[in-house]
Amino acid sequence: MREPLIYEISSPGRAGVNLPECDVPATPLPKEYLREDLPLPEVSEVDLVRHYVRLSQLNYAVDTGFYPLGSCTMKYNPKVNEEAAKLPGFVQTHPYQPPDTIQGNLFLMYQLQEFLKEISGFASVSLQPAAGAHGELAGVLMIRAYHESRGDHKRTRMLIPDSAHGTNPASTTMAGYETVKISSDARGNVDLEELRAHCDDTVAGLMLTNPNTLGLFDEHVQEIARLVHECGGLLYGDGANLNAIMGIVKPAALGFDVMHFNLHKTFSTPHGGGGPGAGPVGANEVLAPFLPGPIVVKERVEEEPASDEEWEEEEMYYYHWQMPPSSIGRLKAFYGNFAVCIKAYTYIRMLGAAGLREVSENAVLNANYLLSRLKGVYPLPYNRTCMHEFVLSGRLPDAPDVHTIDIAKRLMDFGFHPPTIYFPLIVPEALMIEPTETESKETLDAFADALIQIAQEAKTNPELLHSAPHLAPVARLDEVLAARQPVLQCLK
Amino acid sequence: MSYIPNTDADRAVMLKAIGVKNMDGLFRDVPEALRYPELKLPPPVSEMEALRELREISEYNVDLEHAPCFLGAGAYRHFVPSVVGHVIGRSEFYTAYTPYQPEISQGTLQSIFEYQSMICALTGMDVANASHYDGATALAEAVLMAVSVSRGKRRKVVLSAGVHPEYRAVVHTYTQGMALTIVGEGADPLATEVLADMIDADTACVIVQNPNFLGYLEDPAALRTLADAAHSKGALFVVSADPISLGLFSPPADYGADIVCGEGQALGGGLNFGGPYLGFFACKQQYVHKMAGRIVGQTVDRHGQRGFVLTLSAREQHIRREKATSNICSNEALMALAAAVYLAAMGKTGLRKVAELCYHKAHYAAQRLSALPGYQLLSQKPFFKEFALRCPRPVDEINEYLLDEWGIIGGYDLGKDYPGLANTMLICVTEMNTKEEIDLLVEALAPDYFPRADEEGAPDMEEAA
Repeated sequence: MREPLIYEISSPGRAGVNLPECDVPATPLPKEYLREDLPLPEVSEVDLVRHYVRLSQLNYAVDTGFYPLGSCTMKYNPKVNEEAAKLPGFVQTHPYQPPDTIQGNLFLMYQLQEFLKEISGFASVSLQPAAGAHGELAGVLMIRAYHESRGDHKRTRMLIPDSAHGTNPASTTMAGYETVKISSDARGNVDLEELRAHCDDTVAGLMLTNPNTLGLFDEHVQEIARLVHECGGLLYGDGANLNAIMGIVKPAALGFDVMHFNLHKTFSTPHGGGGPGAGPVGANEVLAPFLPGPIVVKERVEEEPASDEEWEEEEMYYYHWQMPPSSIGRLKAFYGNFAVCIKAYTYIRMLGAAGLREVSENAVLNANYLLSRLKGVYPLPYNRTCMHEFVLSGRLPDAPDVHTIDIAKRLMDFGFHPPTIYFPLIVPEALMIEPTETESKETLDAFADALIQIAQEAKTNPELLHSAPHLAPVARLDEVLAARQPVLQCLK
Repeated sequence: MSYIPNTDADRAVMLKAIGVKNMDGLFRDVPEALRYPELKLPPPVSEMEALRELREISEYNVDLEHAPCFLGAGAYRHFVPSVVGHVIGRSEFYTAYTPYQPEISQGTLQSIFEYQSMICALTGMDVANASHYDGATALAEAVLMAVSVSRGKRRKVVLSAGVHPEYRAVVHTYTQGMALTIVGEGADPLATEVLADMIDADTACVIVQNPNFLGYLEDPAALRTLADAAHSKGALFVVSADPISLGLFSPPADYGADIVCGEGQALGGGLNFGGPYLGFFACKQQYVHKMAGRIVGQTVDRHGQRGFVLTLSAREQHIRREKATSNICSNEALMALAAAVYLAAMGKTGLRKVAELCYHKAHYAAQRLSALPGYQLLSQKPFFKEFALRCPRPVDEINEYLLDEWGIIGGYDLGKDYPGLANTMLICVTEMNTKEEIDLLVEALAPDYFPRADEEGAPDMEEAA
């Protein structure tokens, strides 16, 4: 299944595109500024297309099969989203066009801000951040800016549960704060006693993922919010797991002050092989002035309505950019991942309120059903009703030599993408499984059957697991070699 | 339509297997008083209605298929070969995620490896990562990396005023919690040489953009001198570059760059109203362990066959958590794929030709526009596809006139970012602008149609200056 590198199919003189002749008089080039060589490949269009189509066939994707990658919400990506984002009226617009000429774009962004406010309960939303981690950085910087604006310079510590995504502590460091780890209790909640002990006037805030990365809804979330607020801190919400609670509960109502959304997860804009995503951030009244900007606002148009009768019936609005008054600033050039926003807007329009609640209900139903089929087979560290995902351990009592990595690789032979593995860190040999709402009972059963069979194989034929995968495009890859002798490009 | 395959009958069987009576039984951990809030969203629509609505919204825009456009300033309209859309439209690529499981992600991994190779080819650097969000965040990450290379000891950044104003703003946003000193932005954007005097033993890095925000090319020899000045004080030299310009002009490695980053949108990405774009990032081998982001490396499988994996991940947030170089997780992989397909399609000669077309057309436009009475080029320095044009009237007035009377989207108002550049328009011309479009712009600004300010009694800006 080896596909040559694009450089290996290169041949001097070939080209994959033809360009027009220059239609203006030439101007001499500044010779001392020019480069000598440009080592790009030279391939024909047909070879180029075959190369990339063959590469695509080496990929596993949501469109080829079940992809229960925990915390990533690998749901089906509706094709209408893609069509909407390809409309030339959107694609062919420049970010610096005058606002009069981009009222469509601004309207769409305004509406998406409004939709996300309604779903989350926050007072204001900025679409600036390009990914979840980018939204986290925004949130932590906003918390920092808030404390600074009050002259409160003592607060240097961000509390982060031990079940948190690695991006939470990394974002905290980038914002210049110190990370303090808070343990989880025996039921997978934040340990309240430990939290109380840390709550003082040096605490900037707490970053909480709820449901958390164990797939559990923290039973004390309101108490956590109270404790953090009482000591003057703010509560950050990592919205990675919003897919469990749309129409079930509004995060702002639970006491969160600021939260990011992952449009590529919850709102089905695809994951793109690693991106682009979008990580809008929502905030309550207190933190809204600090949001990254610009954001879209609307104004009632007072001018004379056009002569058409129908115009008089409608309220006319003019949309434009505005920087929030105490904004932490820009997080990227221009305004956010607009094409991703189009897809999320389309998704929310197709589903409406009832559809979004159905999404969360069925995501949670699917996870609990799969859990019910697997909990007697694999160790379950926290035996509770889960939300949209759950975490098992791959440490099988009768198969001490088998590790989670082996189970994951063997799953590929059954035609499935493995779950997230070795995360969260608090579960040894973790298997973090998120089926999403877009999978049928039949798919869940087939996946459960595979995992049950693998648990059997682990006892009877562990070598089958150790040497897996057997049916993937390549056999198990040597990651240690890659790190010890890095080959990171093919030109040197 | 919520794309849910389960039927009521399925749900009943599943609820029974779980051991709860109804859906509500799954949500008992959610505080009851807050459960099931009403969401006031517009009623759902069918696919047909959704597409009609979206098309109607899009038609409230003036799109550039219907208006000649001379805007650039960091977002560029270049030709995108048909193959690009077809490849990135393969759902095997776009519905996958980060290739955590390499055995079933060789398509994404190999394409990133090839992308990294081509970014190294363009920039002349040793290693490249799998992407950042955009050119601005790539530059901000370069600053974080430079500080990290000094183990946090160096706290000063020399940042050229010729760097895109929004990129500089993002550097400030990213570093607001780090107590860095950032200097250089108040200097003349066309006098890069003055930065050398600002470099001292506390300087982590010196940052320039080439071509700079005003479109002008920096002299490679002068940049080499600046790089030497940085290196002599132990600072890194960072270059933010336009990748299309690198089809023709010296790779930053040749004049001493330690880190090269920039906006890769021009490589096969549409304008898309500013996003998603592509931050490309490359550096010297010796700094690879401080570079942020995903990196793909070559290895072998257990049968000795070549394959690709994410590597050196001990740098990253999921392993190092609070000690990571950056918090980046999701990146712009699909845009990196588009860039790779674009560069492979263009190849060695195609990219050079695109750059030449931009160069010649921009110079043709500059020569014709500056021949109009009242218009002159800001500088005689060499430029690539953009140039700054002094105008006889405020830029927003000219742009309003061009749009209303001629249906032309004019250039970028440099006065917004540089107080000394009032009435100065940044004009961008790429291979997409035909000679007819350029001639139309010249005609529109000719005195017959568009009188100079003094002829209308408004203040003459040239005299005022």
